[in-house]
Amino acid sequence: MASIKLNGQRVSVDAAPDTPLLWVIRDHLNLTGTKFGCGVASCGACTILVDGEPMRSCQFRLEDAEGVEISTIEGQEDSAFKNVQAAWRELDVVQCGYCQSGQVMAAAALIRSNPKPTDEDIDEALNGNLCRCGTYQRIRAAVHLAAEKMEA
Amino acid sequence: MSNPSLSEIKGAVHKDLRHDSAHKHVAGTAVYIDDVAEPKNMLHMYVAMSEKAHAEITEMDLSAVRAAQGVAVVLTADDIPGHNDVSPFAGDDPLFSTGLVEYIGQPIFAVAANSLEEAIAAAKLAKVSYDEKPHYLNIDEAEAVDLKIEDSQLMAQGEAEKALSASKNRLQGSFYIGGQDHFYLEGQIALATPQEDGDVHVLSSTQHPSEVQHLVAHVLGRPTNAVTIEVRRMGGGFGGKETHPAMFAAMSSLAAVKTQRPVKLRLDRDDDMVMTGKRHDFKYSYDVGYDDDGQITGIEIEMASRCGRSTDLSPAINDRAMFHADNCYFLSDVAIKSHRYKTHTVSNTAFRGFGGPQGMIGIERVIEDVAREIGKDPLDVRMLNLYGEGERDTTPYGMKVEDNVAAEIMETLAETSEYRKRRDEIRAFNANSKYLKKGISITPVKFGISFTTTHLNQAGALVHIYADGSVHLNHGGTEMGQGLFTKVAQVVAEEFQIDVTRVKITATTTAKVPNTSATAASSGSDLNGMAALDAARKIKARLIDFAAEKYSCPKDRITFRNNKVYIENKEMAFNELTQEAYLGRVSMSSTGFYKTPKIKYDRASHKGRPFYYFCYGAAVSEVMIDTLTGENKVLRTDILHEAGRSLNPVIDIGQIEGGFIQGMGWLTTEELVFDDAGRLRTHAPSTYKVPACSDRPDELNIELWNKGRNVEATIHRSKAVGEPPFMLANAVFMALVDAVASVGDYKVPVKMDAPATPEEVLMAVADVKKRA
Repeated sequence: MASIKLNGQRVSVDAAPDTPLLWVIRDHLNLTGTKFGCGVASCGACTILVDGEPMRSCQFRLEDAEGVEISTIEGQEDSAFKNVQAAWRELDVVQCGYCQSGQVMAAAALIRSNPKPTDEDIDEALNGNLCRCGTYQRIRAAVHLAAEKMEA
Repeated sequence: MSNPSLSEIKGAVHKDLRHDSAHKHVAGTAVYIDDVAEPKNMLHMYVAMSEKAHAEITEMDLSAVRAAQGVAVVLTADDIPGHNDVSPFAGDDPLFSTGLVEYIGQPIFAVAANSLEEAIAAAKLAKVSYDEKPHYLNIDEAEAVDLKIEDSQLMAQGEAEKALSASKNRLQGSFYIGGQDHFYLEGQIALATPQEDGDVHVLSSTQHPSEVQHLVAHVLGRPTNAVTIEVRRMGGGFGGKETHPAMFAAMSSLAAVKTQRPVKLRLDRDDDMVMTGKRHDFKYSYDVGYDDDGQITGIEIEMASRCGRSTDLSPAINDRAMFHADNCYFLSDVAIKSHRYKTHTVSNTAFRGFGGPQGMIGIERVIEDVAREIGKDPLDVRMLNLYGEGERDTTPYGMKVEDNVAAEIMETLAETSEYRKRRDEIRAFNANSKYLKKGISITPVKFGISFTTTHLNQAGALVHIYADGSVHLNHGGTEMGQGLFTKVAQVVAEEFQIDVTRVKITATTTAKVPNTSATAASSGSDLNGMAALDAARKIKARLIDFAAEKYSCPKDRITFRNNKVYIENKEMAFNELTQEAYLGRVSMSSTGFYKTPKIKYDRASHKGRPFYYFCYGAAVSEVMIDTLTGENKVLRTDILHEAGRSLNPVIDIGQIEGGFIQGMGWLTTEELVFDDAGRLRTHAPSTYKVPACSDRPDELNIELWNKGRNVEATIHRSKAVGEPPFMLANAVFMALVDAVASVGDYKVPVKMDAPATPEEVLMAVADVKKRA
């Protein structure tokens, strides 16, 4: 039985130590906001935060989660995240939506560490989060808008 | 009586309204099939695939698979009580192989176990022996042995051969256009739950619930009414969830009925890419005659495509390539030949544009080549060849172009984007830049709207109003992110003049609306919007009849406006009237139906009116290439696109942005590679490169054409928007051709295939240098 700290709470999980955290989160803990996209850490749909840093949960093993703080989209409450959500809604970024919980997780992490990101900063931070609907134009605009909202 | 504006309700048509699920998507609370709470005792399914491209299975020993831990059932072709076929119409897509395998990835058996790990582990215990046969993997190999899925087709107008011989100038060329994987972020998935009497309910991520229903019933050997298909939303479709989901729904249903347990089948990404079809790759060649101004005087076009192992939708897809071989240009004397090759690769299928992009990019390439030969700006050659108005307006398939706005859009965009000035600046830049070269191009799009299979152009809807005035909306269209549900809800809100928040959007299900067509061919809002409007109007007419009688008022004095109903001088809330209508025993539920008028097509002669109307747009792209590495970048793109009188501009512009980016991926970075054994080597995002956020143009300006209005009586005079913008990306490819041409001082023909990957650009540069 492993014990991890998830969204501020300590939880016990009965799963093999090498289980990808994605399946721990989705199948064992029933938090389905984090999505399965590719399984090889190349699409970003499964983005979570590990000690505040965006990580791909499909390639992050349960045994590596001890001693760190994990958070999923369900645990995001700060103003950076709320402003990102608001900007996303305002600009109607989302199409099919499947990648978007990963996108907003990565975007909020960017804004927390870099309150005034440039286009290049956004490209660098979000380049691993694929959106097949091609909403990148609005994603970029929404990150800027969220940054503005943080200042307001 | 006051006359408040009709647009006072929230969610009126022609107004921006954000996607109905936008707030859920950014909270992670929008539910996809894999997110649905798993039912008790659910089994997980894994599909075992052929490891040979073309072979006879000589032995398949599954005894160890059956005996493995956790296994509930193992399914092969022998376990199918009905028909072993999940094809859309041709009858050549077995659910499981009966011995013959024709591509690497073809399902040979499936295992349902208590866990996915157990299912996968069990499948590995199978002993399968193959007797290999010769395989033909690509267009060239299939062409050499004349292996086809159907006869070659000819579409012609005038006398191409004669006109070519009489032409003042003549030019030949050919190029190859690669395929494309859908890479929907949510892979193929089905969750089947057994019902009583051997019936089954399936959550299926599909654009075509009715076909999935039909095929599941067919496999189970049951009538259609034994099967219910439901889908609330897909995590992307793009055409890849039109025919293929039936396979996964049928396998999971078969297991569910046999075991009487729910069964989930969720494909792994790699398996999805190996097992499911893609956009057809094409070989395109032309022989064009033209005068000294660049006017095309005759042309023969030959297209060949890789259809894969079965028919699937390839006939219609290749037909659509022929329908778009003209794009916006009048071809007085033209012959278009189309060859549809069968190969021992996965069966290719629908993908946004449905063959149109492959046909359209060919003629754009012809124009570029002609322009270079005569030393003119390709824009001038394009303008010269555009369809006329009232003359020079017949397509190769005999349909008149009656809504042509291409010239106006091209002229406007050339001006707003400063195309000509920038073209001069780019030439000056290139003259002074040794290794980095820029290119620019402006290309138009004309895309025909309607399913070219006429009977598919029908749709149904179901609308209820509850006594409290809240509305339940259902229709046959499916939501894959394109905003269809939002748009149709706007149509209903507008008709009843109530806030769109009072209209409940509900999951598509075959139990509510039967016999629907796929949400495809960009037709979603055209068809389902009209069907929902029909349903709403029927209920509204009953409400008016009721109010007229109750309040002794002429019907034409009753109006619905801004959440209220005005009955002469009496004003009441919408929900007051519905409450009264309930008590007055009025039916407030209705189906609605729509069929597209005017269309008729004779496939034998390839003549008729396959399309109700056309969509238009144009794009200007400026690119830069590094001639030492082949690396390339889109610097700026300007788009002017028309969506008629847009039902929802913010959603339509989103479709334009996304379609363009996806088209850009097809033409630049997305490369499918099969090895000599027939194995797909690009089966994950690590090897198959879809555009990332850094790939979008540094500057992307998109405008909806504000004069847009459909000349046909479509839903509120809007136009379809799903597919047409995909082909705006042709401007990117032509700009890359222009940049490469600069290396030979714009005098040497550019040999460059799509996708224009860095390797391809580098080879094209080297080729031009060699011949310069």
